[in-house]
Amino acid sequence: MKGKAWKFGADIDTDAIIPARYLNTSDPAELAKHVMEDADASFPSKVKKGEIIVALKNFGCGSSREHAPIAIKEAGISCVIAHSFARIFYRNSINIGLPILESPEAAEKIKEGDEVSVDLESGTISNLTTGETYKSAPFPPFMREIMDKGGLIAYVQWRISSDNV
Amino acid sequence: MGMTIAEKILAKHAGRDNVRPGELVNAKVDLVLGNDITAPVAIKEFRKIGVEKVFDKDRIALVPDHFTPNKDIQSAEQSKILREFAREQDITYYFEVGRMGIEHALLPEEGLTLPGEIIIGADSHTCTYGAVGALGTGVGSTDMAAAMALGEAWFKVPPTLKFIFDGKLGPWVSGKDLILYLIGKIGVDGALYRSMEFVGPVITALSMDSRLAMSNMAIEAGAKCGIIAPDETTLAYVTPRAKRAFEPVYADEDAEYEKVYTFDCNEIEPQVAFPHLPENTRGVSDAGEVILDQVVIGSCTNGRMEDLRIAAEILKGKKAHKNLRLLIIPGTQNIYRQAMHEGLIDIFLDAEAVVSTPTCGPCLGGHMGILAKGEKALATTNRNFVGRMGHVGSEVYLSNPAVAAASAVTGKISAPWEVL
Repeated sequence: MKGKAWKFGADIDTDAIIPARYLNTSDPAELAKHVMEDADASFPSKVKKGEIIVALKNFGCGSSREHAPIAIKEAGISCVIAHSFARIFYRNSINIGLPILESPEAAEKIKEGDEVSVDLESGTISNLTTGETYKSAPFPPFMREIMDKGGLIAYVQWRISSDNV
Repeated sequence: MGMTIAEKILAKHAGRDNVRPGELVNAKVDLVLGNDITAPVAIKEFRKIGVEKVFDKDRIALVPDHFTPNKDIQSAEQSKILREFAREQDITYYFEVGRMGIEHALLPEEGLTLPGEIIIGADSHTCTYGAVGALGTGVGSTDMAAAMALGEAWFKVPPTLKFIFDGKLGPWVSGKDLILYLIGKIGVDGALYRSMEFVGPVITALSMDSRLAMSNMAIEAGAKCGIIAPDETTLAYVTPRAKRAFEPVYADEDAEYEKVYTFDCNEIEPQVAFPHLPENTRGVSDAGEVILDQVVIGSCTNGRMEDLRIAAEILKGKKAHKNLRLLIIPGTQNIYRQAMHEGLIDIFLDAEAVVSTPTCGPCLGGHMGILAKGEKALATTNRNFVGRMGHVGSEVYLSNPAVAAASAVTGKISAPWEVL
């Protein structure tokens, strides 16, 4: 995947990603219209399919609302790179199949507007604007398995169908 | 090698003799929880799995508490998904409006969160149940869906941080202040991916309501859970109300902690968290002049009996400042009724407060007390993020109920001793 980077700061909370005033619906398309709105009001109108969010530490802190990664995924964001993720957001992203990468170095060095490419298999992040490459922490095999199956629901279907419960 | 409480609870539920931090395990869950915002998404995902029935209709709790009583047509549609699913699956612990409370006030009160258990909830404040010695942790809707089908969930075994609270509590200092102080010290990601254990003489002397307020905000330090080992106070609380048999779990003598923090509580005064993160704490004496438009006393953090009694003690015979709205929200119907019997509701009405039915309402900027641009609120809730209670240009400050009540009287952030 390859796309332009949108840069955010530290401790971007789930209220900033999708404010509670929009949680009276769970329709992904409606949620995507307001993605990151309280961090940057113009973001929903300027973000394009395939682009990448890069943020500093503790991205997605706060509430458990899965509406947050759903809104990001539905808006067409291909991947989120951060110094670190809050744990529920991290789980939710894996469970719904939103690619996320933890890389303090990439989070610090990538600037807004940089062209970034990501190889999920190897966890390598390339900054095409500066020519730098960064490594991200590899996913444990179990999490990879969930992601490879297409998310937790597909994984559970597989377990039930293969009598692997 | 010994295990911490979280490690032991996970090992037991995973059918293992022991587990180590960093391991990934599948573990049985004792209760799965969802609310009117998260459960509709979970129900949609559950239907995709292709099983007819939930794994155990007695081990799922559905609580419509966030936008209820239904605040608008869209919310009503979300709640309806919950209601119809509860009926279809004959869910034992579905709490309809009129029987419901704020989930994390209600479920402990109902005896549905017990020592030694694993409870997952599609709500980040599920960590509240650490106060009764359970591993309670927040998950998302898809996790909830999978757990409703399988009765289990995947967990990464967290390293544990130990927090020792030494000394004695000062006047008007409660569990809320201890957790705000802690978050102020370690930051909003200071316990990221970790389990926290709260110990020491101050914790032993702490009431159940204060413990629940403390564990409730473990997530505000990024933690997976915040556990207090069951003791006499815990057992006196859970035993008469327990809906299931339970077995308390304790840390081993030689358990390994990633880090141990010791706090001298003699030094801690009532805390106020300034916008826009719970880590921006200072003692109430250092709050300066912050003029308020609204005070909210309630939420899954501080909407319990002890909280209302403290607020009433301060508000008795006084009125909320004329330039300020005071909202008081009992956490459950039982708390509401008890407050009425004790005469607290009269004290609140005499103080010209609004007393509402239980709801999460204003805490997450849902309804029942939304802030306009530029307005400031002091709340006994748990988050003060940008726009949390309304307009993106509004501000939320966090405190305990005593500081909130005192501030409602003066119209600005004030210490309890300033009004008594």
